[in-house]
Amino acid sequence: LAPWVPVVGLEIHAQISSNSKLFSGSQVQFAAPPNSLVSFFDASLPGTLPVLNRRCVEAAVMTGLALNCSINKKSLFDRKHYFYADLPAGYQITQQRVPIAVNGSLSYSLCIDSKMSQMVTKTVRIKQIQLEQDSGKSLHDDTRSQTLVDLNRAGVGLMEVVMEPDMCCGEEAAAAVRELQLILQTLGSSQAVMAEGQLRVDANVSVHHPGEPYGVRTEVKNINSIRFLAKAIDYEIQRQIEELENGGTILNETRAFDSKLGCTVPMRDKEGKQDYRFMPEPNLPPLILYDAKSLPANMNHQQVINIDWIHERLPDLPSVKRKKLVEQYGILPEHSFTLLNEDGLAEFFENVLKRTQMKPKRVIGWILNDLLSYLKQHSLPVKDSPVSSFLLADLLNLLEKKEISSTAAKQVLAELWKGEGKTPLEIVKEQKLELLQDQKELEQICQAVIDGQENEVIMMVLG
Amino acid sequence: QKVSVEVLEHLEHLALVDFRDLEGVERLQKAIQFADQLQEVNTDGVEPMDSVLEDRWCLYLREDDVTEGNCTKELLENAREKVEEYFVAPPGNIPLPKLEERETFLQGS
Repeated sequence: LAPWVPVVGLEIHAQISSNSKLFSGSQVQFAAPPNSLVSFFDASLPGTLPVLNRRCVEAAVMTGLALNCSINKKSLFDRKHYFYADLPAGYQITQQRVPIAVNGSLSYSLCIDSKMSQMVTKTVRIKQIQLEQDSGKSLHDDTRSQTLVDLNRAGVGLMEVVMEPDMCCGEEAAAAVRELQLILQTLGSSQAVMAEGQLRVDANVSVHHPGEPYGVRTEVKNINSIRFLAKAIDYEIQRQIEELENGGTILNETRAFDSKLGCTVPMRDKEGKQDYRFMPEPNLPPLILYDAKSLPANMNHQQVINIDWIHERLPDLPSVKRKKLVEQYGILPEHSFTLLNEDGLAEFFENVLKRTQMKPKRVIGWILNDLLSYLKQHSLPVKDSPVSSFLLADLLNLLEKKEISSTAAKQVLAELWKGEGKTPLEIVKEQKLELLQDQKELEQICQAVIDGQENEVIMMVLG
Repeated sequence: QKVSVEVLEHLEHLALVDFRDLEGVERLQKAIQFADQLQEVNTDGVEPMDSVLEDRWCLYLREDDVTEGNCTKELLENAREKVEEYFVAPPGNIPLPKLEERETFLQGS
């Protein structure tokens, strides 16, 4: 049986973190009363026009720069037409001809083995990033055979990030999306919380034999978490392989991931190949961006977006932060990976280091093995830890000064975890965990033990 | 050149227009012929024009402030049916019936 090469590409929609929408002044907010965050433009009432939100453009430029893209100094807006109840205008304003950013790359890390002791770096090419409108939300009421439409989300700004099919499995896709999520959160261009629909991922999957042309691809939608993303992709790869090995064919279709059954199913309501009748958006001129060299002399700077100005103010990306942690503290790359993977953990680590003499290489063990495993067991984020960085630092200081043993420290931590407000020193005194430093006292104890176990001592001396 | 029945049907599905009768189709035909005159101009090496204003057609950038919304009642006045501040729509797109099942003059072309 010839080997199969799976090919995975991703289309990611990230909701832009902004106060108001892409082309109107209504508010962007999750969970508000239905149709309360809707302007006349969002509802597509006649006579309304789109007005571009500056903040959304800046978010897209930041994201493009962080992903090593070329920023197009002139990009265009287009209309993509289709009919659906949550798209009141009957078209979506997007960037189909010339998007705002193209030809970038994203590097991400994968663990080779399950023990997380060896990491490899992979890269996926970014085809483009485009600005576009989000649609409203449809709530299907099957019992009454109707759909309820809430337009609060209609018109919210999205960045669509298109990743080339450089990935080969669910694990790679999951790692790439996780890294993108961290980058977006670091930039602040999107909060990228999948559970709140701020980050939506569609996967394009196909398989072929090495040396042969790419196979027919399917699009997989309705993926609600990074974990399900990996599952959905791996299932679809297997399904396609089995289908082809049994002599079947793959249809170029859209499939939905069913998280309960763990499989993909064909999506209803997808009639053949869609013709979106793309046309230039007649109400919007080209979007022109500037850099230090092309900056116009006498323009109102509220109307000018300077790519170089934005570039200079980009924060340290996760990959840079990880490198700095490794260089500054001598920890392993795998450690810095975990530190950045948990929200707030890197800050916690550095806060502990500020208050203790213990070497970072020793502190990291307590952070990753003890603190993190407690948090995971109780499904708590770092910010809700009952053990603060102050308390942990106090505890580690006792250990560092050899006032307690390592075993005792673990006991104290277990007690601290109860969150009863006691300090490490109080717990040590309560449970009498102090290490004896007095030589005479130690001798007396040892002698007493030996005296009390005469037989065993004789056995030991005899060998 | 005439516009084929397949194209007419495709257009009716995509744009939900109804060509209704021969006159409607001929009007479309004439519109296409009129627009086709554009093909006579040689545009090799010429960038498409966005506007006659050229680079004076400036895109206005709005500040990211909340200035609209909160008009649920007004918006819902336009709704034929509503349920607790939601617009009501049919369960999915209602497909245009197939050519054979429609009373359209395109049948028999």
